[in-house]
Amino acid sequence: MPKEIMKREPMPRQAPETRARNFEEVALGYSQEQAVREAKRCLSCKHRSCIAGCPVEIDVPEFVRLIAEERFSEAAAELKKTNALPAICGRVCPQEEQCELTCVLQKRGEPVAIGRLERFAADWEAAHSEPGGLCEPALAPPPSDRVAEVAVIGAGPAGLTAGRELACLGYDVTILEALHEPGGVLAYGIPEFRLPRTILRREIEYVKSLGVRIETDVVIGKTLTLSELFDRGYSAVFIGTGAGLPQFMNIPGENLNGVYSANEFLTRVNLMHAYQFPDYVTPVKLGKKAAVVGAGNTAMDAARCALRLGAEEVAIVYRRSRTEMPARLEEIENAEEEGVRLHLLTNPVRFIGDENGWLKQMECIRMELGEPDQSGRRRPVPIAGSEFIMEVDTVIIAVGQNPNPMVRQSTPELETTHWGGIVVDEETGATSIPGVYAGGDAVTGAATVITAMGAGRKAARAIDQYIRSKLGIEQEPQPAVS
Amino acid sequence: MYTVVRKQELAEQVTLFEVEASLVAAKARPGQFVIVRADEKSERIPLTLADWDAERGTIIIIFQQVGRSTMELALLKTGDAIRDIVGPLGRPSEIENFGTVVCVGGGIGVAELKPIARALKEAGNTVISIIGARCKSLLMLEDEMRAASDELYVTTDDGSYGRQGFVSDVLDELLKSKRKINMVYAIGPVPMMRVIAELTKPVGLKTIVSLDAIMVDGTGMCGACRVTIGGKTRFTCVDGPDFDAHEVDWDELIARKKIYLAEEKEALARFEEVHAGGCH
Repeated sequence: MPKEIMKREPMPRQAPETRARNFEEVALGYSQEQAVREAKRCLSCKHRSCIAGCPVEIDVPEFVRLIAEERFSEAAAELKKTNALPAICGRVCPQEEQCELTCVLQKRGEPVAIGRLERFAADWEAAHSEPGGLCEPALAPPPSDRVAEVAVIGAGPAGLTAGRELACLGYDVTILEALHEPGGVLAYGIPEFRLPRTILRREIEYVKSLGVRIETDVVIGKTLTLSELFDRGYSAVFIGTGAGLPQFMNIPGENLNGVYSANEFLTRVNLMHAYQFPDYVTPVKLGKKAAVVGAGNTAMDAARCALRLGAEEVAIVYRRSRTEMPARLEEIENAEEEGVRLHLLTNPVRFIGDENGWLKQMECIRMELGEPDQSGRRRPVPIAGSEFIMEVDTVIIAVGQNPNPMVRQSTPELETTHWGGIVVDEETGATSIPGVYAGGDAVTGAATVITAMGAGRKAARAIDQYIRSKLGIEQEPQPAVS
Repeated sequence: MYTVVRKQELAEQVTLFEVEASLVAAKARPGQFVIVRADEKSERIPLTLADWDAERGTIIIIFQQVGRSTMELALLKTGDAIRDIVGPLGRPSEIENFGTVVCVGGGIGVAELKPIARALKEAGNTVISIIGARCKSLLMLEDEMRAASDELYVTTDDGSYGRQGFVSDVLDELLKSKRKINMVYAIGPVPMMRVIAELTKPVGLKTIVSLDAIMVDGTGMCGACRVTIGGKTRFTCVDGPDFDAHEVDWDELIARKKIYLAEEKEALARFEEVHAGGCH
């Protein structure tokens, strides 16, 4: 095997010192030449194990081959057979744990950069098609031929995917979104420099072009209840409400001014454009010394936003060691390159404020790793007497999110776990209520965009079967997209 | 888009909008609120549901022009549209026949108090209402409150109308008069609600206040509106806005309401720059 095949084509990126002060996209994307070179690294092996590594089962070797043959438009079409949001997934999926992990090149060198190629194909198509030309109406039947109406709660990754699949299977789909903008976590959580809004809006427009309606400002559980959706004529409902309920640490001083949940901080910055204050009216207040508690992707996003908003020092404070950090390696590297410092094996015990209620300091304790816990990671144990004070004026708590409680609280018959996750049949996404399906973070707790999309896709097929058997319609051959 | 079908200047710097929002109108209950976003670049701000008409499919929101967002909103005219209205949010007020209930409203708080007083009266309570404002020109909804109450007291700080003094002075007298009172609802500026809480706590009189913490999404997703109630953190948007007045950590609430004072000034300055020099 030639040596050059073992190394992947590097991704052009903004220089760390430049990008740490702007909200422009960090990774710039492959050029046509780079993409073709990278695609040609694929061995088109017989294992095709990359497909099994993908939660929506993209035919990876096929779309990569099309790029290698410079048939870019066809490559994008191939992606869209199974993935409603390829430009998004190409940017935010943890490919290193999925398709790229199972790539045979991984054994001896670097795996094919499948995510980067996915992004390339999707962006190429967008750049080379007419405005609105992303639409492939042939995929979805005309409105007059729709089988039944289905409601989808939440316009995040799970809901958008379920909506698109259902539209392609012949349903009239309405997505009900609580916020003023569709996208869910893609809109309020993931920052512009990882996922530009133009990309997000483009892929949402694509879903809408298939006939999917999106109604914003509708909170299910408040504006309408789940049962009212059936009264309004929907034959089935998919719940994709995500995990947007922030967890706090429940330690003293957590309500001091200057302590944010990551959700509040990121929502202000991303959804409300606080980084463009005062042109946009929503403010975000950031001091000189910021600490982010937690080490997942949300924590990295918050830390990197804090840098871009002008904090002089930004630290990640995490109770375990580097090995256990849940964030993608790429995001940790990006954050460190930009100047985020890691305070590992450190845990806050209280926040200390001044006489006006403003955060001034954070008392932390050093930790060491003990025996593995239920998650298989070594349990962090405090070292007695190791308390110390960190000078901080902003703290962002990013220790996790729980499923949104609105639907559950207003629907007592919906079975949920003790931590609020909706209980479903793993194969179909069926909940304890007939005709109601669920998927994504609302079921699993905070996970990834692509697993939510996988769940949306599965549930769409199950909803199709449910409605067809209820209406006594013969199972039609699955359209090409599925 | 949500069309403004009626606009009325209710008091100095206080505007009433009747807005088409049929889903909200069908579900609204006393004590609930909506999140309003005037335009693309505006904040999401919580506003009290002052009234609603399910048949007409409209809601009434009343707001005081205190910052850029409310000033932007006040620029809208009948026929204009508000970009986003979402709701009804928050838990509805507990309405049952308690006996005699005193409803205390200060300033803009009267807007939220009115549907609560009306519902309490409909539920069979004897409703004694006390409303007040700094001066006559800021007083609102007097007639509506009179209709919703069995007795109405009106105060102004400067004595320009009604009785001179604070709403709390009247409540203090009622308490001293030994009249049987089963419950107090108090809605208004934080200092007013706090004084009411301090009056009723020693006599163990159940008092409910409606808190107006800073919010972003209003659906429990961000925690900006967290308050400490009886030593526990609660989200005003989903656990409230009504809370037991005797359990509220008032100092924390006051501090948290000041987080963005500097930014609010800056945003307001920008607004005034843009809107200065028009056709006045």
